[in-house]
Amino acid sequence: MSSLHSNSETTRRVVLLAGLGTVLAAPSAHATPEALQAAIGRFTGSRAARTGRVVLDVAPLIDNGNMVPVSISVQSPMTAADHVHRIALFTELNPLAEAAVFTLSPASGAARVATRIRLATTQTLVAMAQMNDGSVWQQRVDVIVTLAACIE
Amino acid sequence: MNVRALLNAPATARKGDIVEIRATVQHPMETGFRPGADGRVLPRNLVRRVECQFEGQTVFAADLHPSISANPYLAFSMRAVATGTLVVTWVGDEGFKHSESARIGVT
Repeated sequence: MSSLHSNSETTRRVVLLAGLGTVLAAPSAHATPEALQAAIGRFTGSRAARTGRVVLDVAPLIDNGNMVPVSISVQSPMTAADHVHRIALFTELNPLAEAAVFTLSPASGAARVATRIRLATTQTLVAMAQMNDGSVWQQRVDVIVTLAACIE
Repeated sequence: MNVRALLNAPATARKGDIVEIRATVQHPMETGFRPGADGRVLPRNLVRRVECQFEGQTVFAADLHPSISANPYLAFSMRAVATGTLVVTWVGDEGFKHSESARIGVT
């Protein structure tokens, strides 16, 4: 049977099958723990994060994962000598670990940010604050999601 | 194309007060993971960066990723030091760019 097919037809079939394989081998819908660690490492510059000073405010039970209000505040005088430089929000199990990175300055007056995020499933949220001296503080909160955000 | 956006900042403030600023822009924040009606994945289309300048100085910036909900909402704070104009600029995929400004009178 294969002798009836031209070379270009065989090539096209190989390309189509390879493409199908790519779709089937597509990355899973959830970030892996390694991806979360890599994302955290990129933010912290591999500085160890201490737990504390960061308050991650999110409802423990979410009925709609498409629009989850999240607020993060960090204890800091926000002076030129001592302030929060960046705040990052990570999700453990969304397809991409980074949700947002906020850059602040002493002009912010207070280290407080709020946004709304999508949550694909029940998971842990991680908020991290990087100070102007490079030190990193974090807080983790577990969230239950009853209606997942549409990711597939 | 008409982009709807909201920038909420107080019209007046006392010098030294910390004011709350809220900003939202109309945008689908298409994640790049969602299939459309025909089953093919809709291309990623996000607001990537939001910057807030007060009198030309950047006071706040945010880098956004697909986990941020559609019509991205941000709230942040700023210390009122002098009267001036606050400008928030959203920049994203497909050449998306939008700005809103607000005047804050500081006494």
